[in-house]
This record gives sequence, C-alpha cells and structure tokens, in this order.
Amino acid sequence: MKRCKVRDMNLYYRVGAERDLGTPAANGNPAANGGAGAAPTVNVRIDGRPIAVPEGTSVMRAAGLAGASVPRLCATEDLAAFGSCRLCLVAIEGRKGYPASCTTLVEEGMVVHTQTPRLAELRRNVMELYISDHPLDCLTCAANGDCELQDMAGAVGLRTVRYGYDGAHHLDKPKDESAPYFSFDPAKCIVCSRCVRACEEQQGTYALTINGRGFESEVIASQNEAFIDSECVSCGACVKACPTATLIEKSVIEQGQPESAVVTTCAYCGVGCSFRAEMQGDQLVRMVPNRDGHANHGHSCVKGRFAFGYATHGDRITTPLVRNSIEDEWRPVGWDEAIRTAAERLKAIQARYGRKSIGGVTSSRCTNEEVYVVQKFIRAAAGNNNVDTCARVCHSPTGYGLKTTLGESSGTQNFDSVMQADVIVVIGANPTEAHPVFASAMKRRLRQGAGLIVVDPRAIDLVQSPHVRADHHLQLKPGANVAIINALAHTVIDEGLEDEAFIRARCDMAAYRIWRAFISEARNSPEATAEATGVPAAQVRAAARLYAQAGNGAIYYGLGVTEHSQGSTMVMGIANLAMATGNLGRPGVGVNPLRGQNNVQGACDMGSFPHELAGYRHLSDESTRRLFEAEWQVALDVEPGYRIPNMFDAAIDGEFKGLYVQGEDFAQSDPDTQHVYAALSAMECVIVQDLFLNETAKFAHIFLPGCSFLEKDGTFTNAERRISPVRKVIDPLAGMDEWDITCRLSTAMGYQMHYAHPSEIMDEIARLTPTFRGVSYAKLAELGSIQWPCRDEASAGTPLMHVDQFVRGKGYFAPTPYVPTEERANARYPLLLTTGRVLSQYNVGAQTRRTDTVAYHSEDQLEIHPADAEVRGIVDGSWVGLKSRAGETVLRAAVTERVLPGVLYTTFHHPESGANVITTDNSDWATNCPEYKVTAVQAYPVSKPSQWQEMFRRFTATQQQLSEQALSEV
Amino acid sequence: MTVDSAKLVRMAEQIAANLAYTDDVPLVAARVADHLNRFWDPRMRHALVEIANGEADRLSPVLKAAVARLRGIIGEPAA
Repeated sequence: MKRCKVRDMNLYYRVGAERDLGTPAANGNPAANGGAGAAPTVNVRIDGRPIAVPEGTSVMRAAGLAGASVPRLCATEDLAAFGSCRLCLVAIEGRKGYPASCTTLVEEGMVVHTQTPRLAELRRNVMELYISDHPLDCLTCAANGDCELQDMAGAVGLRTVRYGYDGAHHLDKPKDESAPYFSFDPAKCIVCSRCVRACEEQQGTYALTINGRGFESEVIASQNEAFIDSECVSCGACVKACPTATLIEKSVIEQGQPESAVVTTCAYCGVGCSFRAEMQGDQLVRMVPNRDGHANHGHSCVKGRFAFGYATHGDRITTPLVRNSIEDEWRPVGWDEAIRTAAERLKAIQARYGRKSIGGVTSSRCTNEEVYVVQKFIRAAAGNNNVDTCARVCHSPTGYGLKTTLGESSGTQNFDSVMQADVIVVIGANPTEAHPVFASAMKRRLRQGAGLIVVDPRAIDLVQSPHVRADHHLQLKPGANVAIINALAHTVIDEGLEDEAFIRARCDMAAYRIWRAFISEARNSPEATAEATGVPAAQVRAAARLYAQAGNGAIYYGLGVTEHSQGSTMVMGIANLAMATGNLGRPGVGVNPLRGQNNVQGACDMGSFPHELAGYRHLSDESTRRLFEAEWQVALDVEPGYRIPNMFDAAIDGEFKGLYVQGEDFAQSDPDTQHVYAALSAMECVIVQDLFLNETAKFAHIFLPGCSFLEKDGTFTNAERRISPVRKVIDPLAGMDEWDITCRLSTAMGYQMHYAHPSEIMDEIARLTPTFRGVSYAKLAELGSIQWPCRDEASAGTPLMHVDQFVRGKGYFAPTPYVPTEERANARYPLLLTTGRVLSQYNVGAQTRRTDTVAYHSEDQLEIHPADAEVRGIVDGSWVGLKSRAGETVLRAAVTERVLPGVLYTTFHHPESGANVITTDNSDWATNCPEYKVTAVQAYPVSKPSQWQEMFRRFTATQQQLSEQALSEV
Repeated sequence: MTVDSAKLVRMAEQIAANLAYTDDVPLVAARVADHLNRFWDPRMRHALVEIANGEADRLSPVLKAAVARLRGIIGEPAA
C-alpha cells in the first residue's frame, strides 16, 4: 500500500502564482470547446528559441510557452483574444508592420521577435497614453503589488508622460461601492474590456457594457446603474479579470495583497469549484477561482468567491457545550468532558432502551473522511445501522433510480461533456441559481447553438435570458413529473424515434419489452396525460422529437425531480428515456443529477445510508460485510437501520432516544417542522456538531464545535464524481479536527478509532471500496482531482461512465406508472406550493446569512400569480398567510407571472419564514425523500405573523439567552 | 408498540402502487416484499406484519400478499 506522507509534502499545501499565458489554449479550455482532439503542431522560433505548439495557438501564447512574456493589458488566458490594447505588438520576419501577438496565430516556420528597439518605442508610446489619464497614487492604491498596468509601465520602461495631466480625463469619476464584496473605481479604468468580456464569456450574464465611443468609452453595469441594482450576480469574474484597481475585492482594499496561496475546494454547492485561498499568514484575504480547477476552469459564483466571512463570524462556537435539558443553560466544558459526557449518555440510553435506540446522521457538507468515520462509529461503536445522511432529503431517489436502471448511483458525465451536447434538457433544476458555475458552462454551449428544453412549473432564468431561449418550456403542474416523462418516452416509441441498435446491444431485452408494452399504453400518451400535466400534447411531442433526434441529448436534473412522492420513479423514467434514445455512454449525452451540496455524492459514496456500506453495497451482501468486519474487527448488524424520517417517527413512538448530528439542521431543513420539533423534543440526548448554534441545536443537549472547510484536510466529491482535495488553510478555531471528534467519541464509547491524519482514513476507504481503489492523497496532489471509479493504482479516474457497457451489465428499463401524489389541491387547499433556492443564499442559510450576501436576499418571499393574488386581495409586498394540512406561516408576497395560476413558490433560506412548517410528511415511495416540491395550500392576506412564527420567536429568544449567559463566561 | 400505523400503511401502499405496472399480483407482491426487506428497518416491517395479522382489511390485496411473503422471506414472528 502506497502511503502518502502528507505532512512531509510542503507542496501539498502551498502553491505559487498562477501563470497567465495571455490567450486560451488552442484546443481550448475543455469547457470552451468540448475537449476536441489534439491539434497538429506547428514549429516556430521565438526570440531565437525554437518551439512546437498546437495549430491555432496565438503568437502571444507560444511566446509565453517559450519563456518570453509579451507585454499586454487586454489579454488574459481566461478570455478570447481581443486585440485592443496595442501593447502586445511583435515583429514577425517577412511581415510588414507590427501585429498584435494575441490575435495573430502561429504558422509553420514563423520567426518572431518579441523585443526590438522599435517595439519598445511603440509600447512606450502606448503606455504613455494610458498613464496620461490614470491616477498616479500607486503607493496607496489597493492594487499595488498586483497591478498589470503598473507592471507594464515598468516592463516597457515608461519614464515620462509628455502629454501632462491637465487635459480631459476621467480621474474625477466617483467610485461605486454599492456591491457588498468589491468596489468599482472608474477613474482607474483603462477600458480594456476584460470585465465586459468576462461577464459575457465566462459568466454569461451580460451585465456589463462599454458605453460611449472613443475617449468617452466607459464601463457601465446594466443601464448605467449601481452594481447592487444592476443585473450583476457578483460572480467575481470581472474582478479577477481586471488588470488594475478598477474592480477589486473590498477585502484586498482592507487587508492588502495576499502573500501565499493554498488550493482547496469550495464547500457550497455540488459543482465543487477549485479555489486558491489567498492568505496573509493565517489570515484569509480572498478566494480566487483556480484556473486549473477541473470542475470550474477558473470561474466562480458569489458564494464560493466571496461568502466565506461566516468562517470567522462572531456566532461561531469554539467551545464544547453541555446541558441536561433544553430548558437549561448551556455550560462550556473542555473537550474531554464533552466527549465523556456524550459517550456516557449514549451508552446509558442504549442500556435502558436497547442497542437500536441511538443513531447518527452524516453531513453532505463535511468531507468524505469525516462522513466515513461517523457511519463507521454508528455501525461499529453503536452496533446498529441507524445512520443516514441529508441526501435522504435531496438526492436519495437518484441513488435508488440510477442504481436500478444503470447500475451506479451517480451521474454519468463530467461537467465538460455539456460542451458537446446538441440538445440540453433541464428538468426540475435551476442551475443559474443553484449550480451557477456549471450554468455558465451550459449557457456558453447554448449560445453556441445547442437546443434547450426546460421542464419546470416555473419560468426559471434559463427559459429566457441574454442570448439563451428555451426551444420548449414544458411548464407542468407540480407533481406531474412522471406523467410528462412517460409522455415523452411514449412519443419516442410511438413515433419510432428509439435507438434500436443501442437498446439491442446495451439493454436487458426482456425488461425492455415489458417497458415498451407499458409505455406504449394510451394512458401514457401526451394526449392522455395533458390534463394531469397541463402541457399541450403537441408541445410534448415536439420536445420529444427534438431530444430524440438531437444527435447528443443530455439531461440535467435537480431536486425538482427527486423531492416528490414519485422521485425515484421519475429518476428511472429519465434513465429509461436516455436509454431508449441511445443518449448514454459518450461525451455530450447522459443523465446528470445536479447535486445540491458540495459533498452529497461523497456522503452517499461513503456508506451513509442505513441499508448499505461504502460503495453502495447492500448489508445483505455477505462478502462485503465480511470485508468490513475483518477491517473493523467487529460484527455488523445485517438489518437496515432507520432513515432520518423513520428516526423521527421512532422518537415520537418513544423508541429512539439519542442522535449524533454531524452538520445538519433538520429543524429548519426537514419538512413538517412541527413533527421534527416533536421528535427532537422526545429525545434524551441530541448531540449537534456544527459551526453555529443552529435551529437543531436549540433542541440539543451536547454541542461539539465543528470546523469550517477552511479548517480541514480532506476531500469532497462533486456532482460529476470528482474527488477534490480540501486543504487546511487555518487551524480549527475550536482546536479539534472534526474527524478526530468522532474518533474520540467512538473510542469513549468503547470502540477504538485512531488515525494520525485524514489521509489514513482515505487509505482505509480505498482498501474497502472498489470504486475508490487507488485513490490517495498523493495521487490527488499529483492529478489535482480524480473522478471515481478509480479501479486501480494506475487509473486516473473515469470522466464518462457506462462507455462500453452499463455498470449493471445490461441497462434495465423499469416500468414507471404515474401515481398522482396524495398531496393535491382541493377546495380547502386550492393552490400548490413548490420550493426552491436563490443564488446568493445557500440552503438553510446558516453560512450565507452570516455574510454580506444578505444584501442580495434578506428575506424569503412568496411568489404568487397576479390572478391568484387579485382574487385574494393580496398585493405585491404585503403579508400573506399560508396554510397547509401540516401548518401555517406568513410570508411577504411577490406578485409575478413566473409562476402559473394555481402555483406558489418560495425559498427556505431564513428559519423564521417557516417554509417547512407548511411542507408535509409525504415522501418518495422508495426512499422517503420528502415531497418538498408539492404542498396543497391556501393563501390569504394577513397583518401579523403566524402563531408558529410567534412561538418560534419566543423559543429563539429563550435559547439565545440560555447560550449567551454561558458564552459570556468563556 | 405505538407506531403511527396509518402512516406506515400509507408508505407501504405507495410502494405497492409504484411497483404495480402489471395486474400480476404475485409478481408485484414479490417486488414489494423485496423492497421492504431491503430498505425498511425490522421494527417497521414487524409493525406492518402486526397490522396484516390484526386488521388485514386496511391493506390492499397486493400489500397483503406482499406482507405474507415478508414473513416468509425474513422468517420473523408475526407478533
């Protein structure tokens, strides 16, 4: 076994500055051109040095590769060459004039000089003009030390500015400091257009423009608005692209330039962007997207780029706390006492109520290693399988559905595959809000001409946004997913659009025949399902034809698919449709779940579900069980344990009494809040391990302070199965690694668990899990990231799955009968509420609400169609009461045509909104994933908060008091 | 045991409805039983068996047939 001695590897942590070769690679950033094959090479000579580069490479890039840096201002490797600054001129033998090296491509035999006396003179003249209209406050400028204009002035040897500074200029333009994270100082702008191009090419928002012409040219946001009021989504691409101090992070203005950097992985969504955490000593200055990041290719969103302030927020708890009951004050204690108390209480509960009376929940926000030790702790130390993970409430149907049909519980493609898709189908997902960096790649492909089908009850941004318009928006009623996927598949069979050769070669024919007979039934036709779906049959048929005849059809889906009573059926329906049309097993196609949390995939991979061990192997599989029993030296229970909702039900029944919660906030995130409150209140020992005293901690008896992602070593696995390193940037604020907390708890419970470093945990995972064989920290350091399966030491991972055959052998067509949800509109609850997210907040908001991002979304609102609002006397901005069979809450109305009549929509980022007071205990039949996306409700104007909200405020105030008194003593 | 039996029956019937793509009751019942054995913890399965023994009328024919197989497969006592 190859052991990685991470502590010896200084390079594992610290990295140098990013090199910028000025223009993108000829075969491109794979995200930009779909990873086309290698181009033939061209031989050139630059400053006397011969070099061979791929055809299509710019002279500037070739020069950089040959070790010569051509001066430039408007060029950067992240953006297409633009040729406006006139600084990168070069001399090419046999050619007249001095062409711009960024827009000139290499040719065979070309001889280039990057520096001659004439070039030096030309460049100095250009710089002289720039500097004649630029403030000369370099010493006190925030970009001092990281200013390309300053560098270029130095590089070209600018010594005088002959024009003086008295003429017309832009130096008096006021700063725009309205955006929370960066400032815009137009006085320092050189109009290189890098920001405008970054907004277009990288982000795809088109919020920035060059206004005016010639000397009047200026960068403006939207219609010359303040940044905060503009369409800007604060992704930070313009800030990264800016060569001067015009667009700069406020953190750099406040703190100064960073002096070192550590490459790590974002802890927000399932895209899993790679970032450079740029530091001064142990102080984080800024997070900059890593150009070599394999998931994000140098792009970012507002959360990963800027919303990290929560890590050092004053609300962070850094001392373990204990109390006897939730009416008691919290008492700060040392780690030893906290661990001992937790172990004693859990053991006492087991002694009194039985082995199965306790359990644990792993977090999709934590690392693979942290998750792995929690499920090991429950199975080995608690001696039962009562372990589950928050994927239960998001993507558990993905695991079930894809395992059943394709044989593996994961998406089939890498993100870059989207650049080869001809038609993109987005079902129940809102990538521009929830997976913004991947959405930018998707929008790039759509701008290149790919077709788009959106299946969503709501007009999400992708339906129509700058240079993107859906060919079909199947605006179905909430709850009709399976009806519509069946109608699409029915059309494929009915109209002879199936890929017979693919089906015959790749799929289980017996199952296919059964499915074919089922799907051909008239009840599944677009005509028969139109009433249930609300979508005209002709539109469904047209969409089916577009997808089936696409060439490469790629399906992306999100929680709008899984969080339904038929979530698992819908996932299987999607897989059936992809198999029937041959859209699997090559670039540009596939079935792609967009995972919510950074490590949902990893938490599931690590054996967090109560019925299976790491690598999705069922407990009843004896050889797997034996393998784990031998490694762990303990006998395992063969019976599946409780899922999260089963734990709550059992708690209310009085049979489940102790819970160890790793970084999850059920009391806000799980449906039917009052049921959750009752369940948590019924337990005798709730242990919460988290950053903050969150909603669930109000019901806790022991609080173990966890670490932010900046304080950990470990790995996250993103939605494309990519295992990426998380590196410790600062030491744990509470003085204890999270994996170590669990190990100590286990040891105190009587099951010894000891590791010197998380790399040893990964080594154990790799020993026990076939899809992780050969994964090690050393290999991650070498490759940057690895997409599992990584089946042996030599494998560099698997970007595309099911290439030659499906993981289960033959693809399985599962019949998918449409069973309408029991949660339907009636006279008492005539409207259907569905829920979602916004870009600037993240899930329960525990992190993002503790950052300046609140400037973008300070409260959850209720979207309601004007027709529904009018008949109820509800006006935009007024308070609306919302009642379901589960509960009642009050939200502020946003009257909008984004939702259909009869449909309401809200987000759940703020606990006092009580969105989950409304949602019910109805769940997916196969996995108990809650049906967050459909709740029958009534809405009516009100003037005060709901009873629940009043109770919530009182309870919150009491709990705050109980913690404040304790914490003031720390 | 004070299990919320209405909820348990509802969840089990949802499984039966989603696996019932054919009228072949024994086939569907076998799949339902397999699903319950693989994914439901024993306490919940026991509770379902108890309901089947005491108040069989509350269960659909498919679910009744599935519970019979459940007992057969897992070899657990009915009460």
